[in-house]
Amino acid sequence: MTEATSASPVRDDTANGEFISFDGIGKQFGSNVVLKDLSFNVGFGERVSLIGPSGSGKTTILRMLMTLLRPDSGTIMVNGKYLYHEERNGALVPASDAHTRQVRSKITMVFQHFNLFPNMRVLRNVTEAPVHVLGQSKDEAEARAKELLDMVGLGEKLGSYPSQLSGGQQQRVAIARALAVDPDVLLLDEVTSALDPEIAAEVLDVLRDIARTTDVTMLLVTHAMKFARDVSHRVLMFNEGRIIEDRPPEEMFNDPRHERTQSFLRSVIDET
Amino acid sequence: MSWDWAYIGDMMPLLLDGLRTALIATVIGFVLAMVLGLVFALLRRSKTAWISVPVGFVVEFIRSTPLLVQLFFLFYVLPQIGIEMSALVAGIVGLGLHYATYTSEVYRAGIDGVPPGQWEAATALNLSTRRTWTSVILPQAIPRSIPALGNYLIALFKDVPQLVAITVAEPFTVAREVIAESFKPFEAITMAGLLYLIAAFVLSYFGRLVERRYGTVRV
Repeated sequence: MTEATSASPVRDDTANGEFISFDGIGKQFGSNVVLKDLSFNVGFGERVSLIGPSGSGKTTILRMLMTLLRPDSGTIMVNGKYLYHEERNGALVPASDAHTRQVRSKITMVFQHFNLFPNMRVLRNVTEAPVHVLGQSKDEAEARAKELLDMVGLGEKLGSYPSQLSGGQQQRVAIARALAVDPDVLLLDEVTSALDPEIAAEVLDVLRDIARTTDVTMLLVTHAMKFARDVSHRVLMFNEGRIIEDRPPEEMFNDPRHERTQSFLRSVIDET
Repeated sequence: MSWDWAYIGDMMPLLLDGLRTALIATVIGFVLAMVLGLVFALLRRSKTAWISVPVGFVVEFIRSTPLLVQLFFLFYVLPQIGIEMSALVAGIVGLGLHYATYTSEVYRAGIDGVPPGQWEAATALNLSTRRTWTSVILPQAIPRSIPALGNYLIALFKDVPQLVAITVAEPFTVAREVIAESFKPFEAITMAGLLYLIAAFVLSYFGRLVERRYGTVRV
């Protein structure tokens, strides 16, 4: 993750290439087919929102990219390297844990239910990975953590335990924790779904700032359509394990082509 | 039948020595049970079958055989193959191994009680397996295990009289020796039982203190 130059708009046109590539991905749970032969690319710096009804496979995509869930078929590449495979003697073989760990090292995720470590104070939640994964010194990691916690408005809560924070505060710590590992890819899985609307707005403001000031690649699963519209370069509409529409946000929200997209957007907008 | 205070006064130093031995067996045996139990619990979760299956078998085998048989095996059978230990050491090893199979189940439940999201967050931060265990999972699993571990501490202590079978001089063994000379079982057995009762109360209180101090699970 690098800082973007000057005060750029929330959405810019820096995205390019095939930084992340899903190719022929399939996944089923028992008899329930969640993803069917799914292929799409995401460029470096691109911010892509995944929308669609529950059970359409959006979160599954994020979890596969975070290596929390293995695909049944197909391949995923990140920055030119297979995530779940290695090439040996010209053939693709299942990757070792070390290979997968290395490829995913620039990817991180913020979860719907925050998943902060309850046994650690806020500061240590944010410094744990920089110290023990990136090899930063404790002082260096703490200085950066304080910067990030200031950025999310929680500079006063360094010594608190997660249980002493509100949901919105916990989610902001989770965002700071994710940014502390200096990711190239930030996965956001319905990060405001567990929050009430006012608190959710605060969290979304923090994410807007991140989108404006960094070039981190983002994949977001969200039902916050205005947010998706504001920050995304592309919006992918999922239905029954397939992408049925892949367009820039203005086109997706102003002129949805697919009938399923139209009905989904109508229902989401009615809800909000 | 009369209550003979002088007789009690004479045997008390011997009984207290026995209690000291019982407490040594309890404390060292329980430390062994806690450490080995954690090792068993972790090895049984290994993705490698040649580790998890044999460890599972050993745990089930020890748990399914009586402590008394294990004590006899350690003290009377192992010397036949050249492994000799004192009665107290055999007792401590026996108690530690036997209770490790129970504490391993306590740890297993504690580990299973850590929400899956904690593992996922550790993966999302790319923490190593070792770091995930030492920083995230065990610091949450162990406090969950403390109340049940406290119960096993008391249970282990109450099994110490079984060491009489391998001649460890705990209070009950001492009482039997005293009775063999005096033929007065009432005071000797009663005092041995009382000492166990008082010590069990103290251990139980200590267990509750530890539980209060370290058994709090932050969620």
